[in-house]
Amino acid sequence: MRALADTWTLAKRGLRHVTRSPDTIITVLVMPIAIMLLFVYVLGGALAHQTGSVSYITFIVPGIVVMTVISGIAYAAVRLNMDVQSGIINRFRTMPVAPSSILGGQVASSTLSNLVSSVLVLLVAVAMGFRSQAGAAGWLVFAGILVLFTLATTWLAIFFGLLAKTMEGAGAFSYILILLIFISPSFVPTTSMTPLLRGFAENQPMTPVVETMRSLLVSGTAGPRVWTALAWILGILVAFYLLSVTVYKRKSIVANS
Amino acid sequence: MDAAIEVRSLRKSFKNVSVLKDVSFSVPRGTVFALLGSNGAGKTTTINILTTLIRADGGTATVAGHDVAASPDKVRNEISLTGQFAAVDDRLTGRENLLLIGDLRHVRDSAETASELLRRFGLEEAADRGVSTFSGGMRRRLDIAMSLIGAPSVVFLDEPTTGFDPEARNEMWRTIRSLAEGGTTVFLTTQYLEEADELADTIAVLHQGKIVASGTAGELKKLVPGGLIELTFSDKDSRDAASMLLRSGYELTEDEGPTLTIATDGSVAEVAGVFVRLRDARIEPAEFSQKVATLDDVFLKITGSTDREAE
Repeated sequence: MRALADTWTLAKRGLRHVTRSPDTIITVLVMPIAIMLLFVYVLGGALAHQTGSVSYITFIVPGIVVMTVISGIAYAAVRLNMDVQSGIINRFRTMPVAPSSILGGQVASSTLSNLVSSVLVLLVAVAMGFRSQAGAAGWLVFAGILVLFTLATTWLAIFFGLLAKTMEGAGAFSYILILLIFISPSFVPTTSMTPLLRGFAENQPMTPVVETMRSLLVSGTAGPRVWTALAWILGILVAFYLLSVTVYKRKSIVANS
Repeated sequence: MDAAIEVRSLRKSFKNVSVLKDVSFSVPRGTVFALLGSNGAGKTTTINILTTLIRADGGTATVAGHDVAASPDKVRNEISLTGQFAAVDDRLTGRENLLLIGDLRHVRDSAETASELLRRFGLEEAADRGVSTFSGGMRRRLDIAMSLIGAPSVVFLDEPTTGFDPEARNEMWRTIRSLAEGGTTVFLTTQYLEEADELADTIAVLHQGKIVASGTAGELKKLVPGGLIELTFSDKDSRDAASMLLRSGYELTEDEGPTLTIATDGSVAEVAGVFVRLRDARIEPAEFSQKVATLDDVFLKITGSTDREAE
């Protein structure tokens, strides 16, 4: 009970940080929305015939939502690293608060704020012509997968936020994730890629996640790759949860000494 | 168990550099203990081990009766740490910072405790302002206030006055004294001998990873000769005459000015001997005084001699 209460106390702190710095919310949203505008209005005309009966905006929305989450967790990593550098994490570490509460508070606030960002991006997409055939059940499963994906990648962000030596370095891992989104069927079907790239694109973790989200949004069904997607998500979640807690406990985070 | 902190043969290395070689000391409950040392002596490493932030390579340390390695959570219930740099949350207000710690320490009346501390540390007016607008001194006061929530029985302060102006330093000293008066054990590190002298019941001098001296300020001062007599003359000629006269039998220190410092063993016979010789030779000093050894003298003597041993 105490651990849960502490997690909530720290999650509230994280949410205060988010709501008090509107500029960071905008920073998080600018990239996915700009990419969406760029792909739909600049490249969309040339790419539209690749997506069959599905409109191009509807085709790319899953990739854009994933990008929103990645953009948000990069900020979570920077925020955690700020706490490490300022000595606040050390203060918590000398208090009777469980590591899972301190890191969990960061995860909870990051997940909540990322869901809000995702909803905002979806609203922009709707304004741009995005339409879904999914019913309530489809949307619910979509939301569930989005939450799990956000949790898993947030733990990844926590790991890098703890390890990074500088605040600038803390968010750098997200560039690789963004690159993975581009080398996946997020914006163009993999059939148009060179064989080597196609092999990579079809087997990297972003692909089943994006394809499952797309299947849910377009037709309301999870599609054939949902289990692969869940396996990747849960694998990353467990691995980076364990890694983060280990780093938190073992690392002598002794700032400025 | 009346020691608040008990440290035995503590050792710690970082990447083959031995920072703590063999550190032992004991701090009685309700007293102020100062760990004195220059930069890089191992003070922060010691404090990090005692506050459960890092683990020692060898030796034992208990805080408030609990082993820091075996039961860190029990230790964390009893302590607070104020590091060298104010660990406050810039994006919250002063009051919110205090409430956050109060909630995490599960104190019953978080809000009441926060208000009382804001009053006590003169932060009432700024309480609901963002901490990013606070001055350095205010941040530091908030930092200490946050450390006092939940009334920890042992308070660790890592160089609490480094970089302070004299006014802020005096204020910090008052805070530390009032903590000790309330029965809290205070462990502080400092590079300033004056600070240790002013505040601490017991002082340990940490030098090159070892405790090279420990005791009360008075005990440490006895390590340097006590009976120093300082004579000041009105002109250089009479000083030189006095110097000639006293050279046999006394250890003299001359500086550029008209002052002569004479080391005696502090006994009446030796002190009288100085003045008898001066009277017989009709040399009249303009002024004379007894010079009390300062902790600086002690520190330089101890660390100087261990440096020579090391060479």
